[in-house]
Amino acid sequence: MNPVIEAKDLVKTYDADEAPVRAVDHVDVVVEAGEAVSVMGPSGCGKSTLLHLLGGLERADAGELSLGGDRVDRLSETEWAILRRRSIGFVFQAFNLVDELTAIENVELPALLLGASRRDARGRAMRLLERLRVSERAGHLPDRLSGGERQRVAVARALINEPLLILADEPTGNLDSKATGDILGLFAELRDARQTLLVVTHDARVASTADRLLTMRDGAIVGQTRLEAGRPTASALAGLLDLGDTA
Amino acid sequence: MQEAILSLLAKQPAHGYELRRRLETALGPAGGALNPGQVYVTLSRLERAGLVRVDGRRGKGHVRRAEAKVYELTATGHERVEAWLNDVGWSKVAPVEFHLKLVSAAQTGLADPVALIEAQRLELLRRLRELQDLARTEPEGEGALLLEGAALRLQADVRWLEACERHWIEQETR
Repeated sequence: MNPVIEAKDLVKTYDADEAPVRAVDHVDVVVEAGEAVSVMGPSGCGKSTLLHLLGGLERADAGELSLGGDRVDRLSETEWAILRRRSIGFVFQAFNLVDELTAIENVELPALLLGASRRDARGRAMRLLERLRVSERAGHLPDRLSGGERQRVAVARALINEPLLILADEPTGNLDSKATGDILGLFAELRDARQTLLVVTHDARVASTADRLLTMRDGAIVGQTRLEAGRPTASALAGLLDLGDTA
Repeated sequence: MQEAILSLLAKQPAHGYELRRRLETALGPAGGALNPGQVYVTLSRLERAGLVRVDGRRGKGHVRRAEAKVYELTATGHERVEAWLNDVGWSKVAPVEFHLKLVSAAQTGLADPVALIEAQRLELLRRLRELQDLARTEPEGEGALLLEGAALRLQADVRWLEACERHWIEQETR
């Protein structure tokens, strides 16, 4: 076992007007290297907060967190910033691209920030845009791209530094059905390429691309199941089509 | 199924095996779910119902097997196809069976509705996974569109189960 994420007893409480709300309530999460995990649950169940805690975008009130085998819950903000740049790729619902930069400039930015040469960063960015089938849009500003294209650019940006881990928060939340289909295919490819991945979503189609599914309710993980990969069985297909009206 | 087969015959007569093949093509990656026997059984029923007839001049001699016979539409068959194309019926809108299952589980105390919902939700997510893996084998064409329809329906069903879960958890904590 080689866990990329190992979280123990994470707690995060927000101060609300009347009573404090425990958004994450003693949660344990382990994600193994090469594993794709999805977290599902109703809105307000704490799944986005959990993702923020795992990515160091917010700090837990209590609990332990290790990434890649190293304890990170006591890191300073600066150390977290470096760790995120080096080891974590984020994908957000709102894409979070820099509006003033072209698609390829957005993708190469994290590599340049880590000290890559312009030439190297540009080459890697272009290869990723090709892999994600959006290279013909490389020179466009984000506002000239469709939602699906923006999210593919954002995924390319998340991958540029070959991160230990991809964290995605409602990646299809702003996409139509067709673009969602593209992103689903992309996540399935990442899963098959054994990219370690944690996706928080309320979209069942997105959730079902993972190897393992966690269910959250009221800040706690209340269930988990493995989604078997493999060829669909004849019976599943028959149930799917339901053409049985021969009578 | 009956009407789909009839409509495939509307343009021109065809062998049983041709119909099966065309149906499979139209279904795309989901075509593997088609039971070949089902097509031939349906053809025999359509023949008995007077909607299709076997063209005796074509096909080889006294062919008994439906796949080798050549079928053509009768006038009644043509009427049925037209009626089908203009019919706006829509199948299985309400998940009646599962709804009644939950109500009965709660009333009889024989099962916990919330546990049933969770088991069903996981089952639908597994099916969704199979469906999407299947869709990836042939991402373009009409067959893919059919699988997208199935996936979107399953997605909606999962959302409905979440609504069920909220309701039954509330009932239990009353």
